[in-house]
Amino acid sequence: MSKKKVLLLQPEKCVDCHNCQLACSLAHEGVFSPTKSCISVLASKLKFSVPLTCLQCKEPACATVCTTGALSKNQETGRVDYDKSKCIGCRLCVAACPFGNISYSTDAGKVYKCDTCDGDPSCAKVCPTGAISWVDENEETLERKKVISEKLLQAFGMEV
Amino acid sequence: MNAWTGKVLRVNLTKGLVEVEKLNFDFAKNYIGGRGLGVRYFVNEVSPKVDPLSAENKLIFATGPLTGCMGASTGRYEVVTKSPLTGTIAGSNSGGHFGPELKYAGYDMVIFEGKSPKPVYLSIDDDKVELRSAEELWGKDVPTTTDTIVQATSPSAKVCCIGLAGEKMALLACIMNDKDRAAGRTGLGAVMGSKNLKAIAVHGTGNVIPADAKKALDVTIDVIGKLKAHPVGGTGLPTYGTNILVNIINESGGFPTRNFTDAQFATANKIGGESLADKQLVKKKSCFGCPISCGRVCKVTNEKYAGYGEGPEYESAWSFGGECGVDNLDAVVKANFICNENGLDTISIGSTIGCLMEMYEAGLVKKEDIGFEIGFGDEEAMVKLVSMAANLEGIGKLIAQGSYRLSEKFGDTSYSMSVKKLEMPAYDPRAIQGIGLNYATSNNGAAHVRGYTISPEVLGVPQKIDQFTTEAKEVWVKGFQDLTACIDSSGICLFTTFGLGAPEIADQLAANTGLDYTADSIVAIGERIHNLERLFNLKAGITPADDTLPKRMFELPVITGPAKGNTSKVKEMLPAYYKLRGWGNDGIPSKDKLKELELSEIKFL
Repeated sequence: MSKKKVLLLQPEKCVDCHNCQLACSLAHEGVFSPTKSCISVLASKLKFSVPLTCLQCKEPACATVCTTGALSKNQETGRVDYDKSKCIGCRLCVAACPFGNISYSTDAGKVYKCDTCDGDPSCAKVCPTGAISWVDENEETLERKKVISEKLLQAFGMEV
Repeated sequence: MNAWTGKVLRVNLTKGLVEVEKLNFDFAKNYIGGRGLGVRYFVNEVSPKVDPLSAENKLIFATGPLTGCMGASTGRYEVVTKSPLTGTIAGSNSGGHFGPELKYAGYDMVIFEGKSPKPVYLSIDDDKVELRSAEELWGKDVPTTTDTIVQATSPSAKVCCIGLAGEKMALLACIMNDKDRAAGRTGLGAVMGSKNLKAIAVHGTGNVIPADAKKALDVTIDVIGKLKAHPVGGTGLPTYGTNILVNIINESGGFPTRNFTDAQFATANKIGGESLADKQLVKKKSCFGCPISCGRVCKVTNEKYAGYGEGPEYESAWSFGGECGVDNLDAVVKANFICNENGLDTISIGSTIGCLMEMYEAGLVKKEDIGFEIGFGDEEAMVKLVSMAANLEGIGKLIAQGSYRLSEKFGDTSYSMSVKKLEMPAYDPRAIQGIGLNYATSNNGAAHVRGYTISPEVLGVPQKIDQFTTEAKEVWVKGFQDLTACIDSSGICLFTTFGLGAPEIADQLAANTGLDYTADSIVAIGERIHNLERLFNLKAGITPADDTLPKRMFELPVITGPAKGNTSKVKEMLPAYYKLRGWGNDGIPSKDKLKELELSEIKFL
């Protein structure tokens, strides 16, 4: 069985360039348009930027409230799948997502939600700093663990 | 039509009318966009003799086809007008997020004409475009104006605006966008102020459509990879920002010091990018679509100079630092913040204060002219003078007009370190010969970003050449000026040349526009743009005699460092440059050259 992969988001590395949004709208719509992207980059007043996209929850609130089965958890891939043909545009999913990571477009008649480009996410390919990367599930927090262990080393007065 | 949106907004401020018109595709194809397209439209519509601050002047905001596309640093736009500072055709290029948002709203350009009877701002929300009252915003600084307009329009709106200096038509006023980014040089903010136009807010939800989606992705991955692998574009600039240059340029002996009385600053290290990273740096920041992220978010905690914002870039670190003999980085950062918050050109303000300091020390300016004592190295006076310039109070009013007007007022313009009245930036032409030739011949005065020969002369990109000699410098200057014109027109950042060349830029243009742009064809377009600007300037009354440097560059040799004893050899290089350009000895483009560049038919008003 192949390892499950996840999108790792590291806000501390984000430089607010929005290339991820362009790669996303290009991959799904063939155009450059941040508003038609399934990923957003939010900049705070302190100029700190946070990339946000569907976290493919284990127990997704969006799929739970979806009455038509348009959204469902795929146990095999780990993704929350979206089937436009079943979607009635009720936007309950938008209300239910605790992170605001799903949005509905009246014009397009569908939700914008990350499908990880079917396991080959375009955003991760163009992110220049590694703020978005496509990694094995068990490596998701490895980077941060390293940072903490380095801090511990410093606390013990050792060179990194 | 791909990459371009195909639409232009025309705003008549006198009548309060907004119209949408079709982009002249013939112009777009042959001048690309941004600077080139803006200049082509400008030449078509405005007389070179126009008074820059009159209602007859126009102000053009122009994106390029790559603005808003995915690629390398695709966040740029250009402002084109006739400059009140230099009297030349003017263009200044800026990054941030404003340009791409304009594209997503559906427009390649906005052309402002006339003069509004009352202060207004333009609100663009996709196809809903209207002029709104800016009376409540008049007199407000850049952050306040931006926040107020975002509140009144959309939380996603991108704003460009002027501060008090622009409103009062101070000649060093710039146009700020996204708070900390500037179309900084040649006094564009004064033109905006003369039209009673405070700001533009834009919110766009539309598309920019590439001709070939697959090629667009492939070429993006290619160019990002090449940039990341480059020692300057991939390591130097991301690590320390442009301010990495302080130590590099200082060591090369070309760091203008104390109003260009010398070219090496003993304590330069204290104001460099490494020091900034140690102390004031909060985080790095990119413009839209940029893998380089040379932007620096900084904070000063020292109560005296406390502040929060972006920068300083290398140029500002130099202008408020070495140029004024100041090595207190907190003070330099603060001076930069004040300029950003109030919409002033940091290069020219710093250099003008350096000029004032020298004239004060020479006894030409008295204490009563200023109100307090000043001198090189006096950081408190420097910050105070910047603040006075921002508020246009006392001597500050004169500082905000630039060093030429200031030194003229005090009786000796030889203290002004400017070309065509635009202050020279942070590279000494006595130590780095090629950049001097570029300052002398650039179409908007002493601009380093119109032919950055520092790249080969000091940084060794694409190859190292001798900075002290004149050999083949005309070739480099012409080559860089033409390439830069096409970069400024494409909608991408000049800094991508630290890793990319004309072939990669042509690849991005071809993938997104679907037109058969090649390395050769885009450089030829760049040459066309440079020559068209030259023709405009000649008609505007600029003469080849203006293709020169301040007298000091020829008469006062460098005292310290590797360039010791050197003066500029611009006069020797100029004939070879004219010849290579296909211009006569009089610096006027020949008929054959104009024919070759398809400029013979151009009519000026």
